[in-house]
Amino acid sequence: MSFENKSLSGRKKLVSNKEMTLGERMYLGAIAGGMATTLKHLFKKKVTINYPEETRPFSPVYRGRHMLMRDDEGRERCTACGLCAVSCPAEAITMKAAERKPGEEHLYREEKYAEIYEINMLRCIYCGLCEEACPKQAIYLTKSKQIVHANTSRESFIFGKEQLVMPLEQAIRNSEKSE
Amino acid sequence: MEQAIIIEKGILILAVFAITMLFAMYATLAERKIAAWIQDRRGPNRAGPGGILQPLADGLKLFAKEEFMPNTPNTFLFVLGPFISMTMALMTSAVLPWGDSLVIGGKTIILQATDINVAMLYVFAVLSVSVYGVMIGGWASNNKYSLISAMRVASQMISYEVAMGLSIVALLMMHSSMSLREIAANQHEMNWNVFYQPLGFFIFLICSFAETNRTPFDLAECEQELIGGYHTEYSSMRMGFFLFAEYAAMFISSALISVLYFGAYNYPGMTWAAENWGANTANIIGIFVLFGKICFFIFLYMWVRWTIPRFRYDQLMNLGWKTLIPLAVLNIIVTAIVLLLTH
Repeated sequence: MSFENKSLSGRKKLVSNKEMTLGERMYLGAIAGGMATTLKHLFKKKVTINYPEETRPFSPVYRGRHMLMRDDEGRERCTACGLCAVSCPAEAITMKAAERKPGEEHLYREEKYAEIYEINMLRCIYCGLCEEACPKQAIYLTKSKQIVHANTSRESFIFGKEQLVMPLEQAIRNSEKSE
Repeated sequence: MEQAIIIEKGILILAVFAITMLFAMYATLAERKIAAWIQDRRGPNRAGPGGILQPLADGLKLFAKEEFMPNTPNTFLFVLGPFISMTMALMTSAVLPWGDSLVIGGKTIILQATDINVAMLYVFAVLSVSVYGVMIGGWASNNKYSLISAMRVASQMISYEVAMGLSIVALLMMHSSMSLREIAANQHEMNWNVFYQPLGFFIFLICSFAETNRTPFDLAECEQELIGGYHTEYSSMRMGFFLFAEYAAMFISSALISVLYFGAYNYPGMTWAAENWGANTANIIGIFVLFGKICFFIFLYMWVRWTIPRFRYDQLMNLGWKTLIPLAVLNIIVTAIVLLLTH
């Protein structure tokens, strides 16, 4: 084989402008071939998923909405150290720390807690680096299939503690399960 | 006696009309389904189980649309266009034999609206007039795209009607009759014309595609260059009539192909069925056989539509005048020689 005709992929074809034979010019064979192709597709398995009835399975490493965890006694784990905000490549996380007052020991685990904790869902890329950075295992990306709903105001996509902290009932259920 | 005939024919005409309408209606759904399946999709499946109510939903939508009238001086012609299309698409069904005959209460009922001895000429006359619906509609739209489309339809129809007529001539020489009923009856059992006239059948099939404006000959309504063609300016049910006429014409031309070349209501083993199960049962099976053939040809129309791309205009004319007509003439000559030698 000469160098010009070498092909690494094995699919290289030289274009030729040769005259077509009478049989080729009638296109009957080509048409029959095309019809066979479309007929094959007629019986192929359809790729469409009937969406509301069926859903596509999620990947096993799927990362969904964030959640600020509580410990076994239902206290918030977060101490507002700010490591998640520092690690966030999209700069989606902001927080404001506050000091725990006497009598709030049942609410917050450590002396310091996040008074304000906000994630901008428009900026978040669900990379999970905040989860990796957290020393207190306070923030997790859940497997929740609930997607952030569409809205016309940008402000509504900034999720505060009321959307992020694990609901108390869930914490109670979890602690009951572990007992 | 007179009244009985009127009632009998009236019922028959109503039945044929209803069946044509039903087929045209469900051809729209079938087209969308087959298009989807060929493209590995599912097609409409929301209206009713498996999308069975989709044609009704489509019709309802068309009825609810605004009746738009373009700024044209020919409002009468504009309204007339779709009606001519529809009427002509339905008129051919009058001479088609839908079955042999049924004996009910000692009375023989021929399953055909009317059996005229110039049926073939009638079919071609109706086909020629049906061009006018599209032409008048396109011209009265006062839109350059519609006008171009109308001109294309006219020239395409005239070109392909010649080849179509010539391919039929060979058939008429074989049967020495123009009555569709006799042609159908001569194809008893498996004596189908397609085995004697394969080339004629092929030419007739290609011309049928051109006559019904189906891909690959749908130059009249190519979306890309003519934004829909002659029905660009139409809306609501007038538009619906144009589209519906296309599907009705497809059904009728499938029926015509089945009757002329694929043995109409004849099927292998029909004599045996008539002897053992009675003539009526055999003939009713024949009706279903005919509709099976028609369904196959409607499917073929759709199958081809989603396989073969549209012709360029000059290719269309070349194929019509330089290939099909000489082939049709050759077919006539060969048929004549064979007939002379065998008789």
